[in-house]
Amino acid sequence: MDVTIKQPVAAQPSIQEHGETVALALRNLSVFFGDNHALKNVSLDITAKAVTAIIGPSGCGKSTLLRALNRMHELNPGARVEGEIRLFGDDIYSRAVEPVIVRRRVGMVFQKSNPFPTMSIAENVTVGLRLNGIGGRKMLAERTEQSLRMAALWDEVKDRLHAPAVSLSGGQQQRLCIARALAVQPEVLLMDEPASALDPLATSKIEDLILELKKDYTIVIVTHNMQQAARMSDFTAFLYLGELIEFDTTANIFASPSKKQTEDYVTGRFG
Amino acid sequence: MTAPNHRWRNFKNTLMQTIAFLCAILVVVPLFLVLYHLIKQGFSSINFAFFTQLPKPVGESGGGMANAIVGTFILLAQAAVFGVPVGVLGGVFLSEYGSSRLNRWIRFAADVLNGVPSITWGMVVYALVVVPMHGYSALAGGIVLGMMMIPLVMRTTEEVLQLVPGGYREAALALGIAKWRAIVQIVVRTALKGIITGILLALARVAGETAPLIFTALGNQFWTHKLTEPISAMPLQIFAYAISPYDDWHRQAWAGALVLVMFVLVINISVRLLTRDRFHHNT
Amino acid sequence: MNESTPIQSAVAAKTFSGSHFGDRAFRWLTLFMALSIFVLIALIGFELANGSKLSLQKFGWHFLVSSDWDPVNEVFGALPFIFGTLVTSAIALVIAVPISIATAVYLTELAPLWLRQPLILFIELLAAVPSVILGLWGIFVMVPWLGAHLDPWLQRLFGFLPLFQGPIYGIGMLAGGIIVAIMVIPIITSISREILRSVPGLQREAAYALGATHWEVTRIAVLSYAKKGLFGAVILGLGRALGETMAVTMVIGNSPQFVKSLFAPGSTLASVIANEFTEATTDIHTSALFEIGLVLLGVTVVVNALAQLLLKTFAGPGVKPQH
Repeated sequence: MDVTIKQPVAAQPSIQEHGETVALALRNLSVFFGDNHALKNVSLDITAKAVTAIIGPSGCGKSTLLRALNRMHELNPGARVEGEIRLFGDDIYSRAVEPVIVRRRVGMVFQKSNPFPTMSIAENVTVGLRLNGIGGRKMLAERTEQSLRMAALWDEVKDRLHAPAVSLSGGQQQRLCIARALAVQPEVLLMDEPASALDPLATSKIEDLILELKKDYTIVIVTHNMQQAARMSDFTAFLYLGELIEFDTTANIFASPSKKQTEDYVTGRFG
Repeated sequence: MTAPNHRWRNFKNTLMQTIAFLCAILVVVPLFLVLYHLIKQGFSSINFAFFTQLPKPVGESGGGMANAIVGTFILLAQAAVFGVPVGVLGGVFLSEYGSSRLNRWIRFAADVLNGVPSITWGMVVYALVVVPMHGYSALAGGIVLGMMMIPLVMRTTEEVLQLVPGGYREAALALGIAKWRAIVQIVVRTALKGIITGILLALARVAGETAPLIFTALGNQFWTHKLTEPISAMPLQIFAYAISPYDDWHRQAWAGALVLVMFVLVINISVRLLTRDRFHHNT
Repeated sequence: MNESTPIQSAVAAKTFSGSHFGDRAFRWLTLFMALSIFVLIALIGFELANGSKLSLQKFGWHFLVSSDWDPVNEVFGALPFIFGTLVTSAIALVIAVPISIATAVYLTELAPLWLRQPLILFIELLAAVPSVILGLWGIFVMVPWLGAHLDPWLQRLFGFLPLFQGPIYGIGMLAGGIIVAIMVIPIITSISREILRSVPGLQREAAYALGATHWEVTRIAVLSYAKKGLFGAVILGLGRALGETMAVTMVIGNSPQFVKSLFAPGSTLASVIANEFTEATTDIHTSALFEIGLVLLGVTVVVNALAQLLLKTFAGPGVKPQH
């Protein structure tokens, strides 16, 4: 098992100028659904402890790319993933690695919040630990508080940790899902349009939360809301029809994109 | 402006609607007729003795169906032990695993099995259990009822699991939880009420079965002490009393039928009321 | 840029989480449980065929067309029972099908909303009443009423037909047919209701837009569209009717004779098994009864399979097969 980190092969202009660590290195990543080549040869480096946004019009492959990062495509019998993804140097698709392990290191929050309905708030937070055999009442209680604080939900629920999770509002449920994902202490957090189902107030809470989280976590966020990407992310990848058109710092993508397609998209000429 | 046959068409319309209404009422009438007679003929015979005493020999009046009542519960308990694990786990397979081709065949076969006459189930278990054991037994009765429950419980479990939104499965797997644990402790747990409902309905269904018990459990005028002995059951006793020539036994058959029908209907009503908003839509 | 310590521990953690074994074991477990269905089918087929061996060897095809059922002389022929099953099922369907479909139409198209749920509940409850209880009511309430009122009336009106001639006992083929009808109506109604519900609203709207009356809309847009599915519902009801045992046994009279009148006692495949099985003393008698069971099984399986096919091709995932 090779544990050294290779120098990223730069297919794009290198953005690792200041020696930041690469959390996820994607090389020639392709995803097929049957005969449909949904994601075509994507290569890029996700910087650690930063927010990387993936933008593009509907159907461009944003979610497909995201789900390749935690091996979620394996749940789909017709899907095939080719190429290489290295998580801090480790090949996550290697045969020696179980998907379950990858998913503990790379967490995911979904578009529609889905706290488990038969469990309380506290039970939801710790479910990832308990069902993986990690226990100890004291530790779980501490981790619950820690995760809920990180998700900016602790103050709102600390008095009713045993209330059913479904009794929370939409925005609160989404933050609960974030806490649930954080409780497992992943290295990377993937977010698939986390605020698209929420009202503006709840959305801004989530966005503030993400800005706080990036101090400790690597975050990859898919969003169809360009202003959101511009506000929150450090790096942005623009996908179109399954291909990576441009990947750069957010500032560059929005202010001075190198490709015309990118410029057309971010200025709203299509999509 | 009206078409020439407008009046005829309107008349036909009203006529058909009336007929349809009458049919709907006609369908429901037997239920009330049966309940009415059960209560009228059976209620007065339901007393403490009925629940606690054994049947008296012919000629003596009185006695009860205590052994039949207990027998039914013993048979149902066995049926649950044999039928529920197989049915539920099979339903889990149909919902969460398997190829669509294999699953289609299994579902088709289960639906066909659900339509097999109960008396043939009885004959099969007779050959399978009663003959090798050289005798009728409570165990054989439990086995046949359990077998009958399997396709029922399997299909209802599968249907209920399919109603669990996929998002929960995804979220569980994204947390790095092993698939089998995600299924058991999250998906099945979410669907638990529905699964239990299906089990209760299946139990209510086999509780009323007589034909398969005729040649497995056989029936017993006394208490059964071992599972290898024949056992009494409510449907069996009701049948035996009903076709007998004795008035006193007829009276007890009505009483037994009333108790049995109450048991079955109460389960059905409570189950359907509890799940009505979740699983049924109004027409 | 080596970060060896966190990665090394991650490497150690990643080689075995145990979940793989758990996943495989659970998958195999549930697979075996699901495959039990096939095991059960094989068991039923095998045991019935095995039990019928003696009778099959001795009587062969003759069994199906002979009407001699003589346990004493050990001669067995199943024709009276096949006939009895067919007649009672036919009577049941003749009564049940129009009533069920009309009721289904009423429930889906015509009934006021507040009435629908209670009616549906009552129909489901009727379906839940055990056969033996309906049989009990049949013997003591329905049969005397038939003998005193309906049968004589029918004989007065239709006595010129051999079907309605002969002495009236109350019990008999007609009683059997009526009671099976009562048992089969809830099923046909439920399935028909689901079928009618799945007819797309567009069909109805188009018919209304043409100025059709409510009944005409139902006839044109709903019933003819749903024909195949309704036929499937009827076949499913037939399957249930064929196998009905207890209630029939209690009101049909149990006479293993070939009869021409609806008022005469008769017997069905299921009822003769229920009546004679525990008293069969000779092996050949038991084997003959097994063979009857085999015939009954074969017929019901074919009919049920046909019904399932019809229902699946019509409605797809929306229709749940009833037990």
